[in-house]
Amino acid sequence: MYNPQLDADGNLKHLLSIEGLPKRILNQILDTAETFVGVAERDIKKVPLLRGKTVCNIFFENSTRTRTTFEIAAKRLSADVINLNVGTSSQSKGETILDTVDNLIAMHADMFVVRHAQSGAAHFIAQHVPDNISVINAGDGRHAHPTQGLLDVFTIRRYKPDMHNLRVALVGDVLHSRVARSEIHALTTLGVPEVRVIAPKTLLPTGIEKMGVQVFHDLKAGLKDVDVIMMLRLQNERMNGAMLPSAQEYFKTFGLTQEKLKLAKPDAIVMHPGPMNRGVEIDSSVADGSQSVILPQVTYGIAVRMAVMALLGSGFPSSLQSSAGGTA
Amino acid sequence: MQLPNPETLLSDISAKILTQLANPDLAESSALVGIHSGGVWLMQRILSQLKTEIPYGTLDAALYRDDYAQRGLKAEMQPSNIAFNVQDKHIILIDDIFYTGRTTRAAMNELFDYGRPASITLAVLINRGGAQLPIAPQIVGAEILLKPNESLQLSQDTKGKLHLSLETDDVSATDDAKASHV
Repeated sequence: MYNPQLDADGNLKHLLSIEGLPKRILNQILDTAETFVGVAERDIKKVPLLRGKTVCNIFFENSTRTRTTFEIAAKRLSADVINLNVGTSSQSKGETILDTVDNLIAMHADMFVVRHAQSGAAHFIAQHVPDNISVINAGDGRHAHPTQGLLDVFTIRRYKPDMHNLRVALVGDVLHSRVARSEIHALTTLGVPEVRVIAPKTLLPTGIEKMGVQVFHDLKAGLKDVDVIMMLRLQNERMNGAMLPSAQEYFKTFGLTQEKLKLAKPDAIVMHPGPMNRGVEIDSSVADGSQSVILPQVTYGIAVRMAVMALLGSGFPSSLQSSAGGTA
Repeated sequence: MQLPNPETLLSDISAKILTQLANPDLAESSALVGIHSGGVWLMQRILSQLKTEIPYGTLDAALYRDDYAQRGLKAEMQPSNIAFNVQDKHIILIDDIFYTGRTTRAAMNELFDYGRPASITLAVLINRGGAQLPIAPQIVGAEILLKPNESLQLSQDTKGKLHLSLETDDVSATDDAKASHV
């Protein structure tokens, strides 16, 4: 089957969604990321892999955190980084996406990191670019946010290496979350036996059970004996109309507090993709507590993005495969 | 071709490294660094013979190689682990087979990203000839001249015993990719 994310040899060509990526590729990304964790702990936090390459962060939708982590990742690989907040530039003057992309190709960009409010935008651009350019989806609409999904799985693997023996709960606004979908795909592909989603009915997409998850509408029941709790952000800015009574009401029923956390396994970890709404989906004492791995997630996010870029960056046309220098 | 016994070669280079470490000027500020995978096996064996503790670390210079654009990252990278302060250390860099010098260059570049060592000495089990850079090992177990289409592999069995094997690539040509990242 044609897979736009893989090249003819089965190597990663674009990263558009975790859906459709074989376990082999997921593990390759996670294993490669292990190598990059150490790079950030050195005196010189840089390796020369992408020296002379240009990475363009094209953000049609604002996201300072995601853009910053991609930028740091690219810079630690020695790439040159261009940031374009297209929302505030050409598009407002009427330029189409493809015209924007074509202009960047004409400037000899080597890799695009794309964020867009419309689902499928990154796929669209990936189909358009020439062979020597790779596209990374940094979030498209409600569809996918693969590097976030990967960094979450990477964080879980670091704290709970035995993935085949885990109970993971995703809590909150699954309906509007592109992270949740990416995560569910990654977790099930890597063999996590039990993935739960815990949310009010209004914040769950219909047919979510078909993704192989167990659905709970009661936080206390859902948290029982889980190893990993992934809180999702209540997406205020995406919420149209009255899906919820109020933020306070939501906190009462679905907010994670110390007391509710005790229902999970004693060594359970608490994750959140950020930015957090303290006092809405998560209590401050939990967010800052000893079981929280929210900041390590950010640190690992850079290593995972470096791994993805490093794996994509070697995808050059075969004409370049001339006499390699030797090895030893 | 009769290949030497790698255990004998290891004893040779161990003796030389131990002599160097016995120098009181160097002893206190020395460190061992093994290059994955063969160099790390050798380093561990050498460490086990030392009477005193010495800082050590491991390198996988994959992120510094000059052939990334042609070959990409190799499938199984090992994280580098240099937990000591490289600054002003006399470092003995250990690899199994010395060939083109490119791995050594990559490893040195990586080391310098951890700090500025006082010196680097390269110790290898075998120098197979064919250097493409002005780099040469100072401590060598044996010199064996091999053809470009031949590749020498060091392996370690489950009991920790070292073995050498010689492979000949019939396709030859310029593609020494199959020599893997030795």
